Amino acid sequence: MTGPTAVDAVTASFARMETVRAGADGLNCVLWSDRERALAQARAVDARAERAPLAGYPVAVKDNIATLELPTTCASRILEGYVSPYEATVVSRLRAAGSVVVCKTNCDEFAMGSSNENSAYGPVRNPVDCTRVPGGSSGGSAAAVAAGIVRIALGSETGGSVRQPAAFCGVVGVKPTYGRVSRFGLVAFASSLDQVGVVGRTVDDAALGTEVIAGRDPYDSTSADRPVPRYRDAASQPMRGIIVGRPAEYFPPSLDPRVAALCDRALDALRAQGAQVRDISLPHTDLAIPVYYIVAPAEASSNLARFDGVRYGLRVTGDDGLRAMYERTRSRGFGPEVTRRILLGTYVLSAGYYDAYYKKAQEVRACITDDFRRAFASGVDVIFTPTTPSPAFELGAKSDPYEMYLSDIFTCTGNLAGVPAISIPIGRVGGLPVGGQLITRHFDEAGMFAAAYALEHALGDEAHR
Amino acid sequence: MAVTRDDVAHIAGLARLAISDDRMTELVEQLNTILGHMEVLQQVDTRHVETTAQEGNEALPMRPDAGPRFEMHRTLEEMAPDMRDGFFLVPRLATHEDVSDAS
Repeated sequence: MTGPTAVDAVTASFARMETVRAGADGLNCVLWSDRERALAQARAVDARAERAPLAGYPVAVKDNIATLELPTTCASRILEGYVSPYEATVVSRLRAAGSVVVCKTNCDEFAMGSSNENSAYGPVRNPVDCTRVPGGSSGGSAAAVAAGIVRIALGSETGGSVRQPAAFCGVVGVKPTYGRVSRFGLVAFASSLDQVGVVGRTVDDAALGTEVIAGRDPYDSTSADRPVPRYRDAASQPMRGIIVGRPAEYFPPSLDPRVAALCDRALDALRAQGAQVRDISLPHTDLAIPVYYIVAPAEASSNLARFDGVRYGLRVTGDDGLRAMYERTRSRGFGPEVTRRILLGTYVLSAGYYDAYYKKAQEVRACITDDFRRAFASGVDVIFTPTTPSPAFELGAKSDPYEMYLSDIFTCTGNLAGVPAISIPIGRVGGLPVGGQLITRHFDEAGMFAAAYALEHALGDEAHR
Repeated sequence: MAVTRDDVAHIAGLARLAISDDRMTELVEQLNTILGHMEVLQQVDTRHVETTAQEGNEALPMRPDAGPRFEMHRTLEEMAPDMRDGFFLVPRLATHEDVSDAS
């Protein structure tokens, strides 16, 4: 099969952006694009002697991942107009495989948010229902895939920022194992949690994208020196004998019964493929949100210190000295959620509170990781959960910060423990997509994709009804 | 561990953020609410838990204290907002007021 040329695919992608109104007057999922430059790159791909594996796959890239020709603003005023002088390794790998970056996607500012309402460039709208949020923080990437602009998009994960919007938009979202994918060129938010992730229209798209970007990178010393299997080979792996864990803590009595029913159907589908389902417990799950919202803001307060008006982007000058310039620039450049998290992070790291908050959170984080270790050591191969407690909520529906933080309750455990996880569509509630999450051992993305392929195949069209 | 206005003013100074009076009231309330939810962690017995800053990854491998240089696609001059005679122009470090504040 030859497939479409890169030029055909890029042309179709830009046409789709217009059709679905991807800009600020519509979905608002695309922040930056350059049609002529993308077409020139596509022509170069088509001129290669051998067909590149991603030649028919234009990609969208979240605006916190460095690209050479398009701005990298993290959807923040403080980086307005910033164009990186170097390129993220993940982008280089996609381009080497024949892909063309057609746009940078909107997101929550510095990837801090669960609804994409924290962008300095306005909220993204969910293509399935424009009155709803697309999820966050990679809401623009999920919306771009759901709207048919691209089949593959890059996002980033710190607490569920790929899986949660993928679930809300009815597409597939992957968070690889911490260390599986290079973070070089990903603007740092919380370095012990951050990981580049992939949004795909199907499990196969997501597997292909993940396979291309994974692997050791000398520019990121936390990237693991492990071979990368061919994830697409997992498509033919049988489920017979596979043990699927169903953790009770992810199915509380308060879970939307319609979401619970779709999860039951998904588990039945896995059983029908030959898997065994076993009830398990991950007892520290309830503590994940408090832990996450100590660790992530603490790391963010340190990482975002570099945006000071001197080295990057915005500078608000005056005649009253350096410190006043720092404060003016940062206060005008950062939005409310980023400011709140920097303050929270500074507080939990400050003298007198470090042990009570940050050190304690790291200890409980170890307990959360241990929960997963024990589950997998007991013979469980893959854990199944709902990705989110409910489908996409309405724009503006959640004004209380902590209520918004609870949107990540089923996803941030994966980031805290570093394990790989994928969200795939498992059905709809009131017309809105619902995602199911599959979690496996560290570096067992192949097992994760095998279960995802099997579930996607077993559900068929039911996954989108 | 209730957070006061003075606490927020102090950490805002550490974080180099200027907070208006209006915003201060809201932030004090929000930080207290958020930190109130964190109190549950104090009830977890972690006396025998070994902490780590990152979970699941292998120990960081040793490597030579030199790495490959990555390609910069724009010159430093193109990236700097202002240059003179080959030097970067940066905001001045302090005023007399800053010096007296620090003393």
